[in-house]
Amino acid sequence: MADTNTRISTIVGENDVVLFMKGTPLFPQCGFSSRAIAILDHCGVAYESVDVLQDMEVRQGIKTYSDWPTIPQLYVKGEFLGGSDIMMEMFEAGELQQLLDEKGVAKAES
Amino acid sequence: MPMSGPDIEAAIVAALPGAVVELTDLAGDDDHWAAKVTAPQFAGKPRVAQHKMVYAALGGKMGGELHALQVTTVVPT
Repeated sequence: MADTNTRISTIVGENDVVLFMKGTPLFPQCGFSSRAIAILDHCGVAYESVDVLQDMEVRQGIKTYSDWPTIPQLYVKGEFLGGSDIMMEMFEAGELQQLLDEKGVAKAES
Repeated sequence: MPMSGPDIEAAIVAALPGAVVELTDLAGDDDHWAAKVTAPQFAGKPRVAQHKMVYAALGGKMGGELHALQVTTVVPT
């Protein structure tokens, strides 16, 4: 369990924007993950994704790590931001774009 | 068994007295819900904390029985 926590904190620490999701950005396996990807793509930022369906330890461990019961989960610069509902609320209010901007997150290469 | 709409609302109001819960049955199957929760307890708290309060009210069912609950939190004005 401690190892899983270390692995997760390494992933979160090494990537400015990382989404723990079900499936991959091209093939999301759940509507909530799909929505999270759509929001990130709209924001035009570069992000890393982790498919929890490929890793049972991370799938359980991430819920403990964040004290958050569901996936997807978005981390920006090491900070847990929330799931797809929070992403949508922030996106609609323009807060997500603003936060990504303020944090100096790199844009996706187009 | 998935939670019924009235059960979801009752659990949230029990944990957050004074909360107003608007439930929408997203798929018409009594299983995919959207809950808009307006509660004075949310004031001054970040969104993550607000959503955690709603999840806590549902007593650990979130992520299990309640995969499909879309949560929106609102601070009353």
